[in-house]
Amino acid sequence: MIRITGITAVSIALLVAIWGVIAAVLAATRRMPRLAESARSAVFATFALMTIANLSMIYGLITHDFSIGYVAQVGSRSTPLLFTVISLWSALEGSILFWGWILSAYSAVAIWVHGRRLGSLGLYANAVLLGIGAFFYLLLIGPANPFGLVSPTPIDGPGPNPLLQNHYLMAVHPPLLYLGYVGMSVPFAFAMGALLSGRLDDTWLRVTRRWTMVSWVFLSMAIIAGMWWSYDVLGWGGYWAWDPVENASFMPWLTATAFLHSSMVQERRNMLRFWNQSLITATFLLTILGTFLTRSGVLSSVHAFTEGTIGLFFLGFIALVLVFSLVLLTGRSTDLRRAGSLDDPLSRETVFLGNNLLFTAFTFTVLLGTLFPLVAEALRGVKVSVGAPFFNRMTVPLCVSLLFLVGVGPALPWRGGHRDQLKRSIMPPLAALLLIVALCFVIRVPSGWAIAAFGFAGFATVTNLQEYSRGVLARRRAHGESLPQALYRLMMANNRRYGGYLAHLGAVMVAVGITASSTYRTERQVTLNQGQSVEVGGYRVRFDELTGVQESNRYVIGAHLTAFDGTRDLGQLDPRLNFYNGRSDPVTTPSVRSRPANDLYLNLLAYEQDGSSATVSVIVEPLVFWIWVGGLVVALGGVIAALPPRRRLAPRRSRQPAAVEA
Amino acid sequence: MTNRKRGRRLGLVAAAVIVLSGFAYLLQGGISNNLVFFRTPGELLAMGQEGVGDAMRLGGQVVPGSVKWDAQKIDLRFRLQDEDGKSIEVHGTKAPPQMFVEGIGVVVEGRLTSAGVFEADNLMVKHSNEYRPPADGEHPKDLSKTLVIDQSK
Repeated sequence: MIRITGITAVSIALLVAIWGVIAAVLAATRRMPRLAESARSAVFATFALMTIANLSMIYGLITHDFSIGYVAQVGSRSTPLLFTVISLWSALEGSILFWGWILSAYSAVAIWVHGRRLGSLGLYANAVLLGIGAFFYLLLIGPANPFGLVSPTPIDGPGPNPLLQNHYLMAVHPPLLYLGYVGMSVPFAFAMGALLSGRLDDTWLRVTRRWTMVSWVFLSMAIIAGMWWSYDVLGWGGYWAWDPVENASFMPWLTATAFLHSSMVQERRNMLRFWNQSLITATFLLTILGTFLTRSGVLSSVHAFTEGTIGLFFLGFIALVLVFSLVLLTGRSTDLRRAGSLDDPLSRETVFLGNNLLFTAFTFTVLLGTLFPLVAEALRGVKVSVGAPFFNRMTVPLCVSLLFLVGVGPALPWRGGHRDQLKRSIMPPLAALLLIVALCFVIRVPSGWAIAAFGFAGFATVTNLQEYSRGVLARRRAHGESLPQALYRLMMANNRRYGGYLAHLGAVMVAVGITASSTYRTERQVTLNQGQSVEVGGYRVRFDELTGVQESNRYVIGAHLTAFDGTRDLGQLDPRLNFYNGRSDPVTTPSVRSRPANDLYLNLLAYEQDGSSATVSVIVEPLVFWIWVGGLVVALGGVIAALPPRRRLAPRRSRQPAAVEA
Repeated sequence: MTNRKRGRRLGLVAAAVIVLSGFAYLLQGGISNNLVFFRTPGELLAMGQEGVGDAMRLGGQVVPGSVKWDAQKIDLRFRLQDEDGKSIEVHGTKAPPQMFVEGIGVVVEGRLTSAGVFEADNLMVKHSNEYRPPADGEHPKDLSKTLVIDQSK
């Protein structure tokens, strides 16, 4: 019954979406207001239908209705309730269903807010959103149908992938990722709407600015959560391995970050219009490519993918979107190119251009490294992988250059000029840079890139903080406000600008955390007998005992160790191995003592069956803590920048001149 | 558009082209130097001295009876063989994962030394990325022993 409800809802959603596309296009070309109303209603209807379909699936999962194909695939009576509910996104079919739900929700809100006011632009955006939706609903009734019938009905299922039911972050990371990924459909749809309707001014940019911002915040948080998960579950003490799945989430973030910056250039200076259209299209395509890479099985083997049809659907869709947007873009290219020009090489525009160049190069690097093995296997039949050294060697210089720009950008005014002011404002950051570099030489930081990263991080921190202090001091002088009050009002009156600076500061924290933890990592693998201890990186770790616990869905082997800093007892750490029912290989749960200065990371590798000894890996890494904090600060900055502008304090909506140019 | 502006624009485009082509050159070099090939012991042996020193992934089955594991020194030695029975000695100084047993399929990352021993930095027990329920008659605990890499596909 539930199964039939679900599949029916999805089928109707597909029909409604197709009708909505037709109605919207007809309404836009023939100017038929009743059809326009029908097209908008179609968006709301698909949202209602996808809600029904998703709730059906969740109900099926909770009630263990193993006649439903997807439930039989990922459900299990012994899995705890939380992990049963979130197994909605633990495998292909469920995650496409969930994706469709989020897309329909985003579309409904976007059309509800903007649909009526934008004329044909809104109608075309409506059509594009429903078109994307139709593709996913088609997947759901075709190659990724989660509601298939299983007969005879199994008594129990295997449960979700153990890697996904081992950590609460799996309840957080995928939804964040999808909210980020799918959110990029909205600016893409309105960009296409602009191209289709010929309204090529910055209307679509202004309308979707906050959509992009919010999606970007979700995507940033998803990437950080993914790193955290990798750190907390996989047991190797790292957080980023240039794994294709990680790269898939990273590439759209890179282009979206570039877009957030370049769209400001268009708003301010009416430049880069063609480029912005291209960037948002690339971002959308990379989100689809990411889903294709992670969900089609193409990564484990090119041949696995050609056996299933879902990969072909995705490739077809990517090709369709690519051709569609390229035709539109080239058709409008002459109209898009009439635009402003660069006045002064020492201006913020130039920095943004540099930023875009670097982010584009970054995206190309990651894309090449991710796709190269697939292409090599498909064309030449060789199994190769692109090693992490490639990514590191190519991207470290790019990251350091970006850090440099984060430090230079805020110091340079739009349109350039004011050389004297520039000289004055560049002095404190420059001093910080020189001081840090000197310090790095004193403490013998081993790598030149690390020194550059720390130096530019200091440079960027001072420039961005300087912007705050200047604004706050000006407010204090002008209005006599208290410090917190001045800071709050400053940020709220220019939330985009100061939110952006806050995101910069967060990014600097992440960069410092990554540089320090990868430069100064100490790892030791050791087998300890009971009572024996080992010293690593200033800590001493003693192995006390081994315990085993049988839980409903797994049995857990835990090693109990006590950590000491000198003679000070830091308490117990117990890394575990979890053996899930019906699975051969265990999932690790490392034990991490995280502090601002450094992390002590213990992972249980192996043990003697009689409990007499355990082999553990002991890792000490500095400043990992600041990667997570920095991620939160980036997200907070993004949220502040996405807040609605306050008219009372801001002179003119979204176009105010940089208000406090003291 | 004034001439000066046009000149500046051209300069900018030229600079972008130079930067991008330089970058493309770097990318090409970077990727060809850092490709990690997946090989079997037989393929590596057939390469002779040419195979020495290159980073690669070597996949095969742990030869039963060949494992020498010194837990105190964290020192692991075993022979890795492919389907044709060609085998290479592997040495590593990291602890193998708990499910590492004789006869299991593994992939090691590392380099062949001139002494003919493969020095592994990393050892991965081969399991498929997509989890699936065990089929009828499949016993997960035994599964680990029978998992053998299928390089031919």
